[in-house]
Amino acid sequence: MNERLDTRQFERVAAAVAATVATHVDHLPLWFWLPLAFALALRTWMRRRGMTAPSAWIRIPLTALLLVLVVVSYGNVFGKIPGSTLACGLLALKLLETERMRDARIALGFCAFVLMSALLFTQTLLFSLAVGGVLVLLLATLVSLQPASLPGRRGLRADVRVALLLLGSSLPLAVAAFVLLPRLDTPMWGSRGGDGSGRSGLSETMSPGQFAQLMLDDTPAFRVVFAGATPLPSALYFRTLVLTDFDGTTWTRQLESGFGPRQIPATGPIVDYAVTLETTERRWLPALDLPLSAPEGARMNADQILVSASPVMQPRRYEVRSAAQAHASTTLGSIERARALRLPGGYGTQARALGRRWREELRDDDRIVQVALGMFRESFTYTLEPPLLARDSVDDFLFETRRGFCEHYASAFVFLMRAAGMPARVVTGYQGGWASSGYLLVRQSDAHAWAEVWKDGVGWLRVDPTAAVSPTRVELGAAAANLRTDWIGAEWLRDLRNQFDFASRLWTDSIVRFDTLRQRGLLTEFGVADVSRHNLLLWLSGLLAFTMLAATAWAMRGMRERHGDALDRLWAGFGVRLARLGIAPRAHEGPLDLRERVRGDAPELARELDPLIDDYVALRYGSVRPAHDDVARLAARLRALSLRKTDRKS
Amino acid sequence: MTAATADLRARVLAYAERRLPALTRLRRAEPLPTRLDRRRIYVLPTGFGLMFGVLLFVMLVGALNYGNNAAVLLTCVLGGAAGASLFVGFRGMSGLVLARVQADEAHAGESVSVRLRFEPGARARAGLRLRHREVDAAFALPADSPADVSIAFDETQRGWQRIGRVRVWTDYPLGLFRIWSWLNPDVEFLVYPALERPAPPLPSGAGRIGEQAAAGASDEHAGLRDYRPSDATRLIAWKASVRHDSLLVRDIEHRSGEALTLDHAALRGMDGEARIRRLAAWVVDAEAARRTYTLRLPAESIGPGLGAEHQRACLRALALMPGHAGTT
Repeated sequence: MNERLDTRQFERVAAAVAATVATHVDHLPLWFWLPLAFALALRTWMRRRGMTAPSAWIRIPLTALLLVLVVVSYGNVFGKIPGSTLACGLLALKLLETERMRDARIALGFCAFVLMSALLFTQTLLFSLAVGGVLVLLLATLVSLQPASLPGRRGLRADVRVALLLLGSSLPLAVAAFVLLPRLDTPMWGSRGGDGSGRSGLSETMSPGQFAQLMLDDTPAFRVVFAGATPLPSALYFRTLVLTDFDGTTWTRQLESGFGPRQIPATGPIVDYAVTLETTERRWLPALDLPLSAPEGARMNADQILVSASPVMQPRRYEVRSAAQAHASTTLGSIERARALRLPGGYGTQARALGRRWREELRDDDRIVQVALGMFRESFTYTLEPPLLARDSVDDFLFETRRGFCEHYASAFVFLMRAAGMPARVVTGYQGGWASSGYLLVRQSDAHAWAEVWKDGVGWLRVDPTAAVSPTRVELGAAAANLRTDWIGAEWLRDLRNQFDFASRLWTDSIVRFDTLRQRGLLTEFGVADVSRHNLLLWLSGLLAFTMLAATAWAMRGMRERHGDALDRLWAGFGVRLARLGIAPRAHEGPLDLRERVRGDAPELARELDPLIDDYVALRYGSVRPAHDDVARLAARLRALSLRKTDRKS
Repeated sequence: MTAATADLRARVLAYAERRLPALTRLRRAEPLPTRLDRRRIYVLPTGFGLMFGVLLFVMLVGALNYGNNAAVLLTCVLGGAAGASLFVGFRGMSGLVLARVQADEAHAGESVSVRLRFEPGARARAGLRLRHREVDAAFALPADSPADVSIAFDETQRGWQRIGRVRVWTDYPLGLFRIWSWLNPDVEFLVYPALERPAPPLPSGAGRIGEQAAAGASDEHAGLRDYRPSDATRLIAWKASVRHDSLLVRDIEHRSGEALTLDHAALRGMDGEARIRRLAAWVVDAEAARRTYTLRLPAESIGPGLGAEHQRACLRALALMPGHAGTT
């Protein structure tokens, strides 16, 4: 029962442990997982060479070292990252001492736990699928720990088949339990947020050049389902943040901007849509320019950006109504105007001079904007790999390098407008996206920055200087403009990616975002009105009991042996009916003996029964294989025969 | 397991058998074939299974706490698979048939090898184990192919013996549940008496029937004849065969040496079992020396004779000698 593992079994366990640790590699430091991988490989190699487990003299100091390392580098052993580091280390240490069946099983059980904790870091479809694969490997390894396998079934494939069979048969129950398990609205301990480990996405500040990394990030930012037709790509500006304050290098947002209007009057065509936002760990909710009101659980602030009441720690869905031509207000307060005109001292002297000259020469706001855009169009180049800028980034960009992407243009444009005396501000968000399968997918790489310029009597107007430089950026999307066509360009690959995104969206929608609210919605559809925790648990218990019964029936199936042919079974069944009358056929009795006994015990019954017994004898002993019709006829006659107790004389 | 716990366990088992005959009813010897069905298959989680259950609970609480639905789903699937493994394991046991039990010839005090023939029926069954007197044997049965499983154990008493209780068990496929059933086949096998070793030389017999034949024993061909396909290979005289370029066998009909009488009554002064051991040793020695012998016991006399059949008859008679050690 506690046999020593053979080499094959040990290596399976080692592979399972390695695969489990690999799911954590993303957040384990290199100095940690590299020695870990080395230790696992070394142990496997030594084991193959016939060496036994390292002694406790090695293992105990290693365990102590692990603890010290974790405490020194993270400060404690609690929290997700220190915890997972510790768990991976302990798992590897367990493999070091694993020699026998019991240790191997404990190691594999622990693997399951570590595997589950990997999902706490990311639960994208791709990663969840990988975790599922490791789960299959874990179960297959448990199966291969069995002492005797069927001949020719020693391979991993046979064990994987058993594992898949188990997982497959567990799916209905698992899904039902998943739906019925009461969800916690608030955690019992800890917080659901990350450890501030930095999630990619828009940051709250913008300095030219900062987006470069973001624009290579292909992970989905959010998905949009439009109630009507999808707007043209050039209208897909998702506002996320408004940055008004500039210190010469970085644009920042106003820290405590006041509340905005509850409702902005709609003008022009209205777009209704639902956004499913991926986890951002921030409070900003992107919305199409310009949202008319805030969705539930969020408010609109004075910049007309949507701010959620709490950080988005789970993918979140919200419905918004936007109107492209709407304006929050037609007047600008003096404080606001001053802020939107302020320029940092000591920066951009050439740019200021240019702005002033435009004002003097052109006078008209619209013409200034056109001239600025024309300048960008004529002598600037769009590139994702701009040269580094000197300390005075505005002047350096405008008059020296003239190469950059949206951030550079938005920043320089707003600076020029302010220099020309027009209130202006930077807006960051997303622009474009992939429209497919009935929804719009917006990736992080679609991040964009543009400008808003104040026009008296109208309001804030969107101006996208990048569109002047690179119209493709706005019309065809970031991918086209950024020319990352070397691998993403292949049509089939793009299709594949979009199809995968469709699956990914389904996963996020149906699994990841499943919460009390959706649970209630789903169960109400199935007629479960009371979704209190108590009632859910009741349903779950009932379901478990039912599944147990069904599985028991399945396990018992085929337990009764089938003796003989249809005629034999018919006769045996009739014997059971007779037995209820107290005339059970005895083992040593042939049908003729039985007939005699019935004549003696129940003469009235015998009159009807005699011909039947004779027929049975004729069928049974008259031919090797009685005809199907004859058997059926006899069966009907036997059924018709009433065997009531009153027939019997006692 | 220490002696103390083993003792406690034995006491508890004995108590359970006394007080709960319904539970232990199926452990009484029963005629073969024995088919395992739900009435005699028991299931309990293993230690690992209990640990796994606790682990699943911890995983579930953690996943729910962090509101992580992928982890909840993983835990649910894992729990479901663990549950399903119970039924898969049960199906591996249910319907298994113990069809036959055979034992090899063995002497008391030696290891007896017993073969149990299991029939799997239409289902393939993997990861089955047999536990008999603290010894495990693992086996797997492909569908529709009955197979023998051998267990060896030390038997100290001569005469008719039973193998006693055998536990068939499995923790297939994941090791979370132990599923077991008791078998107690009503099959007896014969254990020959122990052999006295070293045994004193064979007694000089009274009869001198073989004298004349013995005179010709110098001839190297004496007692040899050509090989016939029905001859047992152990009778082949290899050395002589090499010299003659054809297979020669020892003629078992050829009686060499003097006729022996192995008389129970002649061994006065020894206790009953010691006599039986010596006689058994002599029977084996006489057979090895290819000398005709007669076994004379208080109740019967066997022989004179020589050969495997004769030896078997003699040993059988010796094994069944009445004794005080509870043998039949």
